[in-house]
Formats: sequence, structure tokens, C-alpha cells
Amino acid sequence: MLAAVASLMLGSNLISAGQVVHALIDSAADLDAIVWGSRVPRTVLGIVVGFALGVAGAVMQGQTRNPLADPGIFGVSAGASLAVVVGVYVLRVNSPLVTSALALVGAVVASVVVFAIATAGRGLASPVPLAIAGTAVSALLGAITSFLVLTDQTTLAAYRIWVVGSLSGRNLDGTAAMVCLVAVGLVLAGLNAGSLNNLALGTELARGLGESLWRARLVGLAAITFLTAGAVSLAGPIGFIGLTAPHLARALVGGDHRRLLPASGLVGVLALLGADVIGRLIGGQAEVAVGVVLATLGGVVFVVIVRRAKLVAL
Amino acid sequence: MSGVELKARRDGIMLGPVGLPWRPRVLAATAVVAVVAALVFAGGIAAGSSGLSLPDVLAALAGVADSATSFIVTELRLPRAAAGAAVGACLGLAGALTQTFSRNPLATPDILGVTSGAAAGAVAAIVLGGGGYSVGASLLGFGIPVVAAVGGLVAAGLAYGLAWRGGVDSYRIILIGIGLTASLGGLTSYLLVRAQLTQASAASQWLVGSLSGISWASVWPMLAVLGCAVPVLITQAAGLTLGQLGDEFSVSLGLAVQRHRLIVIGVAVLLTAAAVSAAGPVGFIAFVAPQLAQRLAGTARPPLVASALTGAVVVLAADVLARSLLPGEIPVGIITAVIGAPYLIWLLIRRKDVR
Repeated sequence: MLAAVASLMLGSNLISAGQVVHALIDSAADLDAIVWGSRVPRTVLGIVVGFALGVAGAVMQGQTRNPLADPGIFGVSAGASLAVVVGVYVLRVNSPLVTSALALVGAVVASVVVFAIATAGRGLASPVPLAIAGTAVSALLGAITSFLVLTDQTTLAAYRIWVVGSLSGRNLDGTAAMVCLVAVGLVLAGLNAGSLNNLALGTELARGLGESLWRARLVGLAAITFLTAGAVSLAGPIGFIGLTAPHLARALVGGDHRRLLPASGLVGVLALLGADVIGRLIGGQAEVAVGVVLATLGGVVFVVIVRRAKLVAL
Repeated sequence: MSGVELKARRDGIMLGPVGLPWRPRVLAATAVVAVVAALVFAGGIAAGSSGLSLPDVLAALAGVADSATSFIVTELRLPRAAAGAAVGACLGLAGALTQTFSRNPLATPDILGVTSGAAAGAVAAIVLGGGGYSVGASLLGFGIPVVAAVGGLVAAGLAYGLAWRGGVDSYRIILIGIGLTASLGGLTSYLLVRAQLTQASAASQWLVGSLSGISWASVWPMLAVLGCAVPVLITQAAGLTLGQLGDEFSVSLGLAVQRHRLIVIGVAVLLTAAAVSAAGPVGFIAFVAPQLAQRLAGTARPPLVASALTGAVVVLAADVLARSLLPGEIPVGIITAVIGAPYLIWLLIRRKDVR
């Protein structure tokens, strides 16, 4: 809540809390353009993306039972990046809306491929093949992306801006579809929480408790794909939250996924909005992209917390 | 006699104080990978824009070829092939060590902070140093490997120090490594966004890893580190196996866990720093080589020697492919994923009993 208010207030033009409320209610006010035109969409976006990534990360780590698993290892971010780069390379796409759509398609295709590979090798019973297949596919897609980027300066110019992830320069048109996608993902994640608690005991024990592995994996992976694909197409590949928010949430509320998922989402929102505000403030007119601030400062904060906290292992 | 006796028994090989279990499949897999590595090494010297036959290469190595051939082989091709093999072996071995001590197949030396530290150092040198032209390419060419090695070692030392709480827990050092890697990565992308496009392009080239223009000067450090690592690791092999049972079990079975972990992490970091400073962060080797070797040998943890050899094969093969088949010269760091990933995926699909 506080982070959201701060996000509305702060920026290269400081606006007081009273003026924000005034502008929100009375559309005639001067600051209306800044608040409604730029800050509100941006804050909403930050909340949606941060929550989606936090929850997706928690589901991913629950599914793979691996502290190094982030939603990206499922191929989603790599697929989205490749689709965007191919779009620029082949079609010279520069409209944000088409870029978002391309990212979405790439993300979904990549995650379906990873799932198919993992299931072909009886991967559902153990979380390890899923993680390895995802890493291998991500690396392959990443290699193609780097190849295209290195051979073409125009593509590099577009890619290096997109890849750090940013909340700025987006408007609310066309985001409704992505938000729906995220909402579907959240529902699926909620349905998956009980299964994740069972999976945490090990697959044999989970099966003994009457858990259908197929259903548990499919629901969980669909949730991850929807959440991450939505977030990536909204704000670009913001990497840090999905990996670290679950660890912080686990230190706060423990390992029960029914509490862990929402807590991880809230940590994600806090981190993303906080980083966005800091990025706006320290950069002055040329603001620093949220992905950069998030990784740089978030990494430091994460290290400090991990050093102090009593760790709850997966 | 020096007191070292070699005894082959049905259940193991004793070599003085060191005992190794007798596992035919591991030995067979290691031997096969070694032969393949030798073949790819010779092929890597032969392949290139001026095609040489294998007899030419052997003649040049023996010192009986004409001067042009012998110049191409010993001055251009041999250092590059040696560098490829050394980079692959260093990263493969470091990856096997990291995956083993953390008991996590996703753990690569990157999570110890060494790669991101090296990358941040090198990119800072490229971007803040004014690019390849204004400062002088030769100075930069000498400076970047040193800056990268220092950055990597400092970052890894930081990760180890920050994870220390009366001993280093392998779970905590992974999490610290995640945070540190993110911070340094953020710094690197900030530098990339702020840089001029030519510098960003040069830095991106470095960040994917490349063997082009490599010389003997960057091969020797890697060989030295490899040479020191192998004897140290022979003494730690039993500890690596015991460590798979978890800290409590290892301690109760008489393993000095903290000392063992410090040695293993230290060796992995040195290997990675040497490789990264020579060729840039050639991605994916440290992940894929141990995974491939583990599946080929059918073991419960990545076999060390086979991982190093597999890493060498993947890098050498990628380099041959980059130089001979594709137009232009594509950095080897891109091709490694193109070679390694499909093979790993195939192994994943084929094997029904994957662990």
C-alpha cells in the first residue's frame, strides 16, 4: 500500500499526497495528466507484474524443489526474448503492442516445448529433468538470440533496451488481455497450492497421499506459464523477483504454500515498485530502468537478509 | 620403492593413500570421451580457412613440415585448439565440482559470483576505458583478462565471506551467490545501456565468450590451474562422495566438512576465473558438460575427469563448427549451447531412468 502511494507521488516532478488524491478524484486538476497519464498505469503495472512474478517463482520452486529455479528456467523468458528479437530482425517491429504479443507467443511456445521434453523422459515423477530440460532449452534459445543480436546493430539497439525490463513507456491499452492472463495464472496457482505442499514431501509420499502427479504438474506449470508470459509481455524479462521473492517470503511465513504464494507475490510487488521509484529518483530526467535497479540494489538487500535470517530450506 | 603401490582389486584400485572404486562403465565412458577429445583436437587444428590434412598437421607438430604450414599450425591453430580444450576442461571440471558440493544440477560456478564478477570487471574496463580504439587495443587486450580475473576472484571471495556464519552452509552460499550475481549483473546491464553502441557491441561480444585472437599467453594460466587442481582434487574425491549424504552424515563419517568445502569451492573458483579471463564467460559448458558426463557414465554424481574431457570436446567442436561451417566468425559461446543443448535434450528423452 505504502509502496503504491509512494509510486504515485514520486518522480521527476514531486507531487504531494494531497495533490495525488485531488487529481485522482477531480479530473480538472493540473496534475491530472501526470497522475492519470503516467503514474497510475505505471503503478498498476508494477503491482500486476510484481505479484505475478513473485507467485510464479514460488510455484516454480515448489514444483522443482530447487532453490535455484526461477520462472525463467522454464524457457519462458528466453522464448519471449527470441520472439522479440526475431520480430525486430525480420519484420523491424517497433510498436510496443506487437512486441508484447510476440513476447507472449514466444513464451508460450517455449514452455510447451520444455514440458514435452520433460514428459517424454518420464520427467513428471522427478523434478530434476524438468529443470534440466528448461535450462537446456533456455540456453539454446538464448544462443540464437545472441547470434541475431550480434549480427545486426539495429536488433542490438532494440534488444538491449527491452531486455533489462522496464515499467515506463507503457499505457493501459492492450494490457487488459495480459492482466486477464495473469488472473487466470493466479487462479491456477491458488488451485496448485495444496498439491505443492504434498509435492514438498517427495513424489512417492505425494502419490501416497492421493495426489495425481500429472494434474499437479500440469496445473502448476500452466500457472507459471500464464503468470510469467503475462509479466514478460507487460514489462520485459524482469529476472530477479521470481528467483528471490520466494526465498524472502519463505523466511517470513514458512514453507506452507497456501501462505507462501500470496506472501511471495506481495514481496514481489514491494520489490518492483520500490525499485521503480528508486530508479525514477536517482536517474533524474533519464531514469534508470527498473530491471537494473532491481538487480543491483535488490541483490544487495537480498544478501543482507539471507545473511541475517534463519533459512528455511526447501 | 617410494611406498606407492598400485594394486588392482575386484572392488577398487589402490594407489598409495588414494583409493578409487573399480567402475568399468565410468572408465569406459572416460576413455571414449578422451579419444573423442583427441580426435576433435586434431580436427580443430586441421580445420580452417586454409585446409590442412591430418598428416600435414602431424608433420608440422613433429617439426618436419614446410615453414608456411608449420607457422599456421604452431602459431595460429595450436594455441587456439589448446585454449579451447583448456577452457572446456576448466569449466567442465568447475561445473562438476559446483554441482556436486551443492547437490544441485542447476548450480554452476556462476552462482559463486565468479562469472558475474569477471563480467562486471571486463565490461567496466571496456565501457569506462573508452573502447578498443581510443585507449589502444593492445593495452585493453592485455588489461581485460587481468581485470576479469581480479573481478571474478574478488566477487567469489565476497560470496564466501558473506556466507560465512561459523562455517559455510552450501544452501546459504547458493542464496548469497544469487544476490551477488544479480547485483553485478544489474551493474553490467546498466553499463551496457549507458554505453555508446560500439562499446556496447564490443562488450556484448566479450560477454558471449570467444576464442578468436587467443594466444599462448592466456593458455598457460589455465594449464597451470588445471595442473594444480588435479592433485588437490584426488585428495578430495572421497569427500565429494561422502558429501552427497549431507553435512551431518559427512561429519559423523569423519569428513572435515568446512575444510573440504573451502578447498572444493576454491578450486572451482580458480578454474572458472582462469577460463573466463582467457575466453570470456563461455556459457553453458559448466552446466552441460557434467550433466552429459554423468549420463554417459551412469553415475550418481558428475564424474570429474569425464566432465573435464566432455567440456573440452564441446568447446573444441563448437570452435571447429564456428570456423569451418558457418559464414563469418561466430563466437564460440553461442555455438556451445547449439551443440550441447540438443544432445542433452536427446539424452533426457531417451533415458527412461533419468535421475
